[in-house]
Amino acid sequence: MSASHEVGDFQTAQTLETFGFLPKLTQQEVYDQIEYLIANGWTPAIEHEHPSGSANHYWTMWKLPFFGEQDLNAVVAELDACHRAYPDHHVRLIGYDNYTQSQGVCFVVHEGRA
Amino acid sequence: MASKAYDAGVKEYRDMYWTPDYVPLDTDLLACFKCTGQPGVPREEVAAAVAAESSTGTWSTVWSELLTDLEYYKGRAYRIEDVPGDNESFYAFVAYPLDLFEEGSIVNVLTSLVGNVFGFKALRHLRLEDIRFPIAYIKTCGGPPAGISLERDRLAKYGRPMLGATIKPKLGLSAKNYGRAVYECLRGGLDMTKDDENVNSQPFMRWRDRFEFVGEAIQKAQQETGERKGHYLNVTAPTPEEMYERAEFAKEVGSPIIMHDFLTGGFTANTGLANWCRKNGMLLHIHRAMHAVIDRHPKHGIHFRVLAKCLRLSGGDHLHTGTVVGKLEGDRASTLGFVDQLRESFVPEDRSRGVFFDQDWGSLPGVMAVASGGIHVWHMPALVTIFGDDSMLQFGGGTQGHPWGNAAGAAANRVALEASIKARNQGREIEKEARDILIEAAKSSPELAIALETWKEIKFEFETVDKLDVA
Repeated sequence: MSASHEVGDFQTAQTLETFGFLPKLTQQEVYDQIEYLIANGWTPAIEHEHPSGSANHYWTMWKLPFFGEQDLNAVVAELDACHRAYPDHHVRLIGYDNYTQSQGVCFVVHEGRA
Repeated sequence: MASKAYDAGVKEYRDMYWTPDYVPLDTDLLACFKCTGQPGVPREEVAAAVAAESSTGTWSTVWSELLTDLEYYKGRAYRIEDVPGDNESFYAFVAYPLDLFEEGSIVNVLTSLVGNVFGFKALRHLRLEDIRFPIAYIKTCGGPPAGISLERDRLAKYGRPMLGATIKPKLGLSAKNYGRAVYECLRGGLDMTKDDENVNSQPFMRWRDRFEFVGEAIQKAQQETGERKGHYLNVTAPTPEEMYERAEFAKEVGSPIIMHDFLTGGFTANTGLANWCRKNGMLLHIHRAMHAVIDRHPKHGIHFRVLAKCLRLSGGDHLHTGTVVGKLEGDRASTLGFVDQLRESFVPEDRSRGVFFDQDWGSLPGVMAVASGGIHVWHMPALVTIFGDDSMLQFGGGTQGHPWGNAAGAAANRVALEASIKARNQGREIEKEARDILIEAAKSSPELAIALETWKEIKFEFETVDKLDVA
């Protein structure tokens, strides 16, 4: 058994699903994930929501999904634009997979202020 | 066809049931049996006997056969193949007409195909290797109550496998202490926890008490983490009536998912419970106790790929498949063969994976593969590679054996998973680079660092692992 001084305290955290347990992704790491999304033939999409509503299934869509978008920089520009327009909101990137009708990618890129 | 004389007596099976020229119909149910006959019995006779005894035949001709058209109803042995590397056994392929089976009844299919024939004296051993279910039959089965995509949508979990843990010790905890163990796992970062299969309703913890405390644990963990959580409340029970009573209460306490043991509980119970889940918006986790009794002998019984196919038809959203890497070793190619049968909409014949037939699943939803048994953080990159996103990685000691307890163990599991997913998506070969990926991730997670240290000797045989800096 561990002596009590060797046991750490684990604090429960509010997390936002996939990648919620990693340090905030660097810009390059976000780019890598966008490249993965595009390489899989999925459709990039962006959603945002005030942190108080983040537990809902539906967040607000930013424009429409970017059907056919192959350009990493265009997706990055949209993420930035969404974040500028809603600086207090969580902003997440989605990769829609129309074969499984699911999301191959979904993670929060910008965290809003609670 | 009109006039055929009644000729009483015993005929050789092959006269009627060995039909090498037969071309199977798209609507036929096809089966591949591995047969080991008694010495001296010709292969064709063995194959024909299997076809006969699993369909219309009996040992002696009876007059009432002439009242029907047995040419329409009989099963036919239509092909024999050598078993590679085995001189005493052979594969017999049998085609069964669709009308031999009640619609939507796996019970009926198995009662015919693996019924009396398995005790037949002319056989030393018999193993059902694979079944090709015709799409016409599949359309009569309910299948998974939700399926993979709907489960992801309900739980809002995308782009990664889900994480679970089986609560330990598996027997003996009181309901309140059990709920504590659940809460700790869920608040730490697991998506789900699980009743052990032999937790039903014993004197130390009756089901109703367990459900109440676990329900509170789920709600509290959801509120605190902001993520959706669940616990597979095992509703396997002595009678169907009690099973449904438990299922209703599991829904009432707010768990999104319940659990059943499909082999010990039986297919009648399982199919009924799957239907109940579909009506009530509940997910169904399926454990497979007793499978090794049926599927482990290489020459006798039923291969697990058949049981997996039967479960997908009977209904279940998760099914245990083994881990390949954990304490319960399973062959990688064979495991991937039946994992495909659970998840894909079409699986082509592939003998290198033990798949004997093309299988079209039509629109039947997919089942998540559950990898459970003796796994821990070091296995994570391999598990992600083997099982992909549509899987449930199910820990036990690998969460709750963490020196800081369940919550820290859960966080270590989650960090290891997300680091593996991040790296995979970046194009890295995560099985080969497992060590680098995990050690890098541990720099920002003391929970993972300690987990890596705790289980370092279990998989890796290196003399030393870098001593990790622990905050």
